[in-house]
Amino acid sequence: MISSDTVPNDARRHKADRESDDAMAVRAVTIGKPRQEVFDFFRDVTNLARFMENIERIDVVDTTHSHWVVKAPAGHRVEWDSILTADEPGRLLAWETGPDAEVKNHGRVEFRDAPGGRGTEIHATIVYEPPAGALGKVIALLFQKEPGLQAKRDLRRLKMLLETGEIATTDYPDAAPRYKKSDASDEAKAAETR
Amino acid sequence: MRAVTWHGKHDIRVDTVPDPKIVNPHDIVIKTTATAICGSDLHLYDGVIPTMVSGDILGHEFMGEVVEVGPEVTNLKVGDRVVNPFTIACGQCMHCKSSFFSACENSNPADKAPMMEALYGYAGSGLFGYSHMMGGYAGGQAEYVRIPFGNVGPIKIPDGLDDEQVLFLSDIFPTAYQAAENCNIQKGDTIAVWGLGPVGQLCVKSCFLLGAERVIAIDHRPARLAMAKASGADVINFEEVRVNEALTEMTGGRGPDHCIDCVGLEAHGWAVDNVLDFIKTTLKVSFDRPHVLREAIVACKPGGTLSIPGVYGGLLDKVPFGAAFGKGLTMKMGQTNMHKYLAPLLERIQNAEIDPGFIISHRLGLEEAPGAYKNFHDNQNEWTKVVLRPN
Repeated sequence: MISSDTVPNDARRHKADRESDDAMAVRAVTIGKPRQEVFDFFRDVTNLARFMENIERIDVVDTTHSHWVVKAPAGHRVEWDSILTADEPGRLLAWETGPDAEVKNHGRVEFRDAPGGRGTEIHATIVYEPPAGALGKVIALLFQKEPGLQAKRDLRRLKMLLETGEIATTDYPDAAPRYKKSDASDEAKAAETR
Repeated sequence: MRAVTWHGKHDIRVDTVPDPKIVNPHDIVIKTTATAICGSDLHLYDGVIPTMVSGDILGHEFMGEVVEVGPEVTNLKVGDRVVNPFTIACGQCMHCKSSFFSACENSNPADKAPMMEALYGYAGSGLFGYSHMMGGYAGGQAEYVRIPFGNVGPIKIPDGLDDEQVLFLSDIFPTAYQAAENCNIQKGDTIAVWGLGPVGQLCVKSCFLLGAERVIAIDHRPARLAMAKASGADVINFEEVRVNEALTEMTGGRGPDHCIDCVGLEAHGWAVDNVLDFIKTTLKVSFDRPHVLREAIVACKPGGTLSIPGVYGGLLDKVPFGAAFGKGLTMKMGQTNMHKYLAPLLERIQNAEIDPGFIISHRLGLEEAPGAYKNFHDNQNEWTKVVLRPN
């Protein structure tokens, strides 16, 4: 783990970590809110499920321990304990999973002032260790196929939530209706039985 | 509700679909009173825009009556009549705060935006009814539409103006106006406008509104040339003369002060596969289509502006960049920053400085949409603009 006072070279860090077999995500986003505010929001573990897509729930155990229940493909779910390993207010959070984690992961989130008073940069690094076994293969679809994509989507959702108070959606049907054959045949069936 | 839906190339239908609902706190739902088919909808019709899914609701030019508002909507209420801008902007991100609304960072949903980021290195704002990489928002050619960020986008229309006067605030009037404004028109300037579809027609008008001395309008369809002429432009039929020679001659040998390309290259599509196709199989098209851009660069006076409201999607080939460099041209382009123009352009309509409704050629019901798309596509001389009335 790098925790220097200087700005780390993200590109170099990315490349160096790539030499292991672990799936890794390095993603950054700029949020137009003060650094302390962004940090405080992120530090409250109960807020994470509001913008992270696949979280079923996060139970707070104590100030440094939480228990995560995460949705996996094909109706599966995986669980792990997360332990906070660094907590520097306004600046850095880091974690690692407990020994019984179904998907071992560790990572860090840095908070920096964006240049020119343009808010806060969040730099996230998340490393997933490859899970073993049949369930592991299913989970790999979620965490390893494109490890950066989920992090990118979650950071984008966090930015939306903090800047606008809501998360943009075009989910079918309420947010974005469209024609679906299945609906139409249901409707036809309903009409027949009327 | 009934809605115009896309089912593939040249396959437009009217289907019964679920009604939209308020989902987020800043949402509104409107009952659509008027909606138009845009020239850019024809590229969906032609099936060249990727990330469309069969069943998607079309339409990004629309207006209507507010029937429902979310709990955080403060400046609109049920019963208000609004015109809606085709781009969706949050009003809170850095781009919105600097009036660069077309690059809103918060309106393209997180599960959709990465498609566009992969192609362009950024994700633009969400758009209504214009593919999933543009957000997957349901379009306005429907009886009802959900509109996010109701405090920021839709503009309330005062009594006394009819739908046809204000409907084109939804896209083409601001698009045309921004293109003219980008030329920074000075007293005495001559502006050349390529492509006399609805945007080109409103561009001619906008150039005059902004003080152009003379506008030279270029197309080949007689009815569209006649319409531009009626707006006060001099016209060039590119089938009858060589455009560059004519422009040089008409401007005393100097060339137009500024040039506006209302044609674009949209027909090429936007996707990586289209770009590859472009290299592999459509070389002929790739050489032909940036024709207007090349012509405008060569025609433009040194120090002039090349303003491009016509949409480009992929890679350009054989662009005379040396001429652009040598002349010190300024190039201005991009999706329209709609939210910046709604209020000032509504004021111009109220002051009777312009009535954009003059471009309408056909008024039809929503159920007639499939035929309207076909005619707008096939008979461009007669069909300049179609307005559909869903309610």
